[in-house]
Amino acid sequence: MIAVIGLIVGVVAGLVLEPTVPAALQPYLPIAVVAALDALFGGLRAVLDGLFDDRVFLVSFLSNVVVAALIVFLGDQLGVGSQLSTGVVVVLGIRIFSNVAAIRRHLFKA
Amino acid sequence: MPAEQTTPGPERVVGWRALGRALRPRATRAQVLTGVLCALLGFAIAVQVRQTDESSLAVMRESELVSLLDQTTRQADELQDQVNDLERTQSELQSGSTSREAALEAATRSAAAQGILSGRLPAEGPGVTVTITDPQGSVSALTLLNLLEELRNAGAEAVQLNDQRLTASSYVLGTDGGVEVDGALVRPPYRWVAIGEPDTMATALAIPGGALAKVQIDGGTASVQTQEQVEVTATRAVSEPEHATPRTGDGG
Repeated sequence: MIAVIGLIVGVVAGLVLEPTVPAALQPYLPIAVVAALDALFGGLRAVLDGLFDDRVFLVSFLSNVVVAALIVFLGDQLGVGSQLSTGVVVVLGIRIFSNVAAIRRHLFKA
Repeated sequence: MPAEQTTPGPERVVGWRALGRALRPRATRAQVLTGVLCALLGFAIAVQVRQTDESSLAVMRESELVSLLDQTTRQADELQDQVNDLERTQSELQSGSTSREAALEAATRSAAAQGILSGRLPAEGPGVTVTITDPQGSVSALTLLNLLEELRNAGAEAVQLNDQRLTASSYVLGTDGGVEVDGALVRPPYRWVAIGEPDTMATALAIPGGALAKVQIDGGTASVQTQEQVEVTATRAVSEPEHATPRTGDGG
């Protein structure tokens, strides 16, 4: 419940404060968001598996975000930034789908 | 990552009950941590969505921007080419219509002039009327032709005899039945109407031994009136030239 409230509070804060993303971070924020979504669904799946551990969740969340941003940064330096970020989004999208499938099996037995 | 979790909790609850248990608000470390991370995620999502909404160009990569710029420049070039084409067409059409108008005006003017000269159009203007009475029918065709020539010499531009328009190809023929002009009999009294310089024509007709004198010798009487305004109403159909064609290269 606190997680849901936190999500809502974050969205509202983002809408109210209207911060501008620093130019240096602009290419990485979308990828980081997708990575964090992956971690979130992974956590939800762990809850349903009865395996949830806050320390693991924290580490996986942060490492997902950092690794995703790092890959895109590296890609930009190598000149394949757009292709690599597409690749990262695809991989994370597949992971999100498989996590959602597991959650669905838990909740609906289907 | 969740897959790395290997140690199961003391009591395993699954399905909706697990979800419900997780959603129950408790001030545990795990709940607070998750809440903070979720707040962070929500914040990032909101910021990113706003960012994408307001400035799609700012988040684009250099290569994308270059290709976009390229595309835009090419598009602008094409549009500029189109503008040039259309402007050229416009100026062509404008000059074309002016020259066409001028040509039309000239053609109209020349058509009017030629219409008067060839007898195709009625005309009006200063001129003279000559009335010849011929009670005995003794005025000859030659005398009438002489009078016509005299009028022409004096610069008559349009001439009418009774209801016949006289032009360059008109002829006067003496027949047994009387005087024939352009194939039609003309009966006295002869009434001439000629447009031109009135005084010149009157003087030309009146010279001693001239046209009027011949009429009197023939036994008729003639009177000349100069007028500011006379009307030549008779017209003559002009036949298309059958053999003669305009010489090529001599346009007009």
